[in-house]
Amino acid sequence: MNKQKISVIITAAITTIIIIVGFVLLMPVIGPRILHPIMMGNQSSRVNTDTSTSGLSDSGLYQVSWKSDPAKVPLNQIHTWTLHVETSDGQTVEDATILVEGGMPQHGHGLPTSPQVKEYLGNGDYLVEGLRFQMTGYWEVKFIISADGKSDSITFNLNIE
Amino acid sequence: MKRWILLGSGILLFAAAVLWLFFWPTRWSNDEINALRNLWIGSLPVLPPDPSNIYADDPKAAAFGHKLFFDTRFSSNGEVSCASCHQPELMFTDGLPISIGVGTTTRKSITIIGTAYSPWQFWDGRKDSHWSQALAPLESIVEHGGTRTQYALLIAKHYRDEYEAIFGSLPDFSDISRFPEEAGPVDKPDALAAWERMSTTDRESVTQVFVNIGKAIAAYERLILPAPSRFDRYVEALLNNDKKAMKTELSPDEVAGLQLFIGRANCIQCHNGPLFTNNDFHNTGVPTRQGLDLDDGRASGVQQLMNDEFNCLSKWSDAGEEDCTELRFVVSEGDQLKGAFKPSTLRNIAETSPYMHAGQFATLEQVLQHYNHPPVSPFGHNELEPLGLTNREMNQIIAFLRTLSGGVNSPPDLLTAP
Repeated sequence: MNKQKISVIITAAITTIIIIVGFVLLMPVIGPRILHPIMMGNQSSRVNTDTSTSGLSDSGLYQVSWKSDPAKVPLNQIHTWTLHVETSDGQTVEDATILVEGGMPQHGHGLPTSPQVKEYLGNGDYLVEGLRFQMTGYWEVKFIISADGKSDSITFNLNIE
Repeated sequence: MKRWILLGSGILLFAAAVLWLFFWPTRWSNDEINALRNLWIGSLPVLPPDPSNIYADDPKAAAFGHKLFFDTRFSSNGEVSCASCHQPELMFTDGLPISIGVGTTTRKSITIIGTAYSPWQFWDGRKDSHWSQALAPLESIVEHGGTRTQYALLIAKHYRDEYEAIFGSLPDFSDISRFPEEAGPVDKPDALAAWERMSTTDRESVTQVFVNIGKAIAAYERLILPAPSRFDRYVEALLNNDKKAMKTELSPDEVAGLQLFIGRANCIQCHNGPLFTNNDFHNTGVPTRQGLDLDDGRASGVQQLMNDEFNCLSKWSDAGEEDCTELRFVVSEGDQLKGAFKPSTLRNIAETSPYMHAGQFATLEQVLQHYNHPPVSPFGHNELEPLGLTNREMNQIIAFLRTLSGGVNSPPDLLTAP
């Protein structure tokens, strides 16, 4: 074996060792910053990020929309929403019974309060009382709407910041 | 020779890259800046009114409550006051794993600082106002250990003028056959029997004085608020884009800990808002303290709340039904309440060890270990997921938590006995 060959092998070996040691040393830094997001997928890809505030109910019976008071849904404050319900052909729904459910699908838990709809405000508007979102992230709020012997539901997604 | 120089410079370059990555300066994204602003003390709103207590913002009631808070006569042995377990010099806690009044309790005392903002009091939220909270320890046989008539008689004897200037004239309690020295709905057979022998009217006039004691103490406690800490000054500097001030307020490790806190460690899921608590109830699988029974937390707490004679909807509350939104829309059953406790405020957390509802952890290091490797909950379902933090990262989070010590923002004379 000639001298040149030995020095090439030594160089290659040292370089390999440096790369391995360096990688091990760097893992705690690279891992969380770069690898973790890649491996876990982007947060938004695992939840429904459609945060529109109006839509057609699941079986197409009602056109439903909501707005919050205050206008930006607050973190950790009990507050109210106004839910507007129309039939799919644009007639306001007057005498609906509405149940509220919801939670954080990512965390597998429900709402921290039991919101209720007790008051009809007129013109297809219903007052939703007792809503509170106590964690940041994606929430679901589901309304089960019954009127004239028919029932349908709609789920809204919202992102609390 | 040439090859060695090449190799050497390669190694140097690599080492530089390693160091640069290791000390990668933190840059905040817009989302992170939003999260930081939400935690900043400047985001704390003006203290909301307490509609259940019309004396809540009465300075005379606060001065009276200040005296009651430190008065050890309001106990069965003359040695226990509110300040025994809520010592101002220990950030209104007592430094013990489980508090000791006239007996030994089953929970750690919670700081009073900023609790006026919380819709729920106690670890399990079994009270929904400051004033109703203040009444519970007075009647607990292991805390103050006294009784309702004892306290009403003490007011008549020592605080008549002050009381009447705020709440109006005191009833005449002089007839000892109608108002025994020891009577109340407490866990002491003799005192309970004496209470049950009293007429409804007499019981109500005693209870009215008792309720007003709570409302005065609450007026005092509302003035105990958190002061800005280094963390707040850092966020203020960040919002003003003052890089120099940012560097003086927090070290790179503290900043790294803060970034983990609002990011990968998921702390702000529960410790959010300027008081670093969402005031809700969560099962984090904290082990049962040796010698104590299983504690089901909120599951029992909410039942006690709904049956509480002093809750927001009770006749002793000054609130109308429409003001009791928290109680009216409370979640009263479900698995998520089992073994769930209120997250502590993290302001001054480094000064208020030990940690958890029965002081299960002596140090912040133990707390972080617990969150990093969450065990199976002794009761119900543990909401935590393993975090995969390195020791260095846990130490950075702890370093950040220490920047939250800012003390109390209250007039100094309120922090000592009057």
